[in-house]
Amino acid sequence: MIALPMGGSPSPKRGIAARIPARLARFAGAALLALSLAGCATTGTDGQGGVAGDPLEPFNRSMYSFNDTLDRAVLRPVARGYERVVPEPARDMVGNFFGNLADIWTGVNQLLQGKPAEGFSDFWRVAINTTFGFGGIADVASLMGIEKHDEDFGQTLGVWGVPSGPYLVLPFLGPSTVRDGAAWAAVDFWGDPVVELTSSHGRRNNVYVLRTIDRRARLFQAEGLLEGAALDRYSFMRDAWLQRRRNQVYDGNPPPLDDDCAYCDEYLEEEDDAGAQATGDRAGDAASPPVNERP
Amino acid sequence: MTAYHHFRLAATRAPRLPLRRRLMSAALAAGAGLGFAPAPAFAEESPDALIERVGNELIQLIGNDESIKRGDIGAVNRLVDEKVMPYVNFERMTALSAGRWWREATPEQRKQLMTEFRNMLLRTYSGALEQVGNQTLRMKPLRAEPGATDVIVRSEIVQPGREPIQLDYRMHKVGGNWKIYDLNILGIWIVETYRSQFNQEAQRGGVDGLIRSLADKNREFGPGKGSQGT
Repeated sequence: MIALPMGGSPSPKRGIAARIPARLARFAGAALLALSLAGCATTGTDGQGGVAGDPLEPFNRSMYSFNDTLDRAVLRPVARGYERVVPEPARDMVGNFFGNLADIWTGVNQLLQGKPAEGFSDFWRVAINTTFGFGGIADVASLMGIEKHDEDFGQTLGVWGVPSGPYLVLPFLGPSTVRDGAAWAAVDFWGDPVVELTSSHGRRNNVYVLRTIDRRARLFQAEGLLEGAALDRYSFMRDAWLQRRRNQVYDGNPPPLDDDCAYCDEYLEEEDDAGAQATGDRAGDAASPPVNERP
Repeated sequence: MTAYHHFRLAATRAPRLPLRRRLMSAALAAGAGLGFAPAPAFAEESPDALIERVGNELIQLIGNDESIKRGDIGAVNRLVDEKVMPYVNFERMTALSAGRWWREATPEQRKQLMTEFRNMLLRTYSGALEQVGNQTLRMKPLRAEPGATDVIVRSEIVQPGREPIQLDYRMHKVGGNWKIYDLNILGIWIVETYRSQFNQEAQRGGVDGLIRSLADKNREFGPGKGSQGT
């Protein structure tokens, strides 16, 4: 029997209350650790990472190949088997169940980031999916148009202005940054509602294993993309991951990096005039009202 | 029944315009002659309206075409040539991705680079096309200075029961037409990502080395080996 935190069973509640001081201490510790580590080396002018230096590259590359070897030997075959044996509707239920648990932590982080509307929308999702979605196995809330978000404590630190620090590949966990790795180990891991699911360590470990397999199985498509699109998989993964992470911190709307020269025109001096054939068009443009104006 | 028949009859006789419309077009023609014709909607299409129009058209076309959904590279190529490339400045996209190596490249090398890069992108993304079906495109408000000639258009692909897929475009105005020169999927810009991929390869083997590694990759993963001729 699984006791969900939102389900209103009394024992997990007491558990949460008892752990709060310890959690606060960990929380403060993580913030400090991340701050001091990330302070050492930052990427981008706002420190939120971007495609920039990779001071830990030798370590990261060896960790990357360690993870890759492990993945090929264990996780990928297991996830393939899971995909083959378990029919898709059941896999969707498993994914929805873990997604519902994750929404709780997402909601907490929304509040920490000062976004109460999004936070309550996420809690509302949990309430709906836990009840009408049979304990979370059906994502009814998404069908109702309440969107799923994805927030974690690393992003919260980013919103608070903590720089991401250098790119860091963690053993078993994969791409991260110094900030996000510290946030995960000190806060996210403990804020994970799986901890509240059951007091039995054995059963909890089974849940972790199932979640890991579920996550891995979800990556097959992205993995195929990476294989075909990357000239160097390590750096492609790094650059894509750092961009995506920065994008997440800014909720899909990151400001341009000041040192971002990806769009400098100095490389393109001869190119432009070829495209602008019709001079008549240009005269017309000047006279017509601006296209982009939004009241 | 009778109303339906009336409608059908009216429809078959359509060429004869109602008087009001004839007067209107006469007035429009006169206005055009005087030089203050209201610009037709498509001539001054805003960049986000363009993305919305083309995006919706593509979702519909792909959703109804089994060979494209299967990832048939020939069908995808045709679709891209006809419906996508007219709105893309692919030369700029390749040049920005190549960075300083673009300047060093000869015209012939530039052409090869564009071909191989295009094939790589097509090959990569055609695999995702089988997912296209009942998605809808949702545009986000365009935030741009009035009269801007370089904008970021933001949109999302909304799919039932899943997280929306972020899809943004960098566009610039060339000779009165808006052209896409970079694409962002789930927060990852193509140019920004390929800049360091290209630079890494070119530093090792120059522009030719870069072209070779792209071509090798395309041969290794492409079903229709080097499908697009130079």
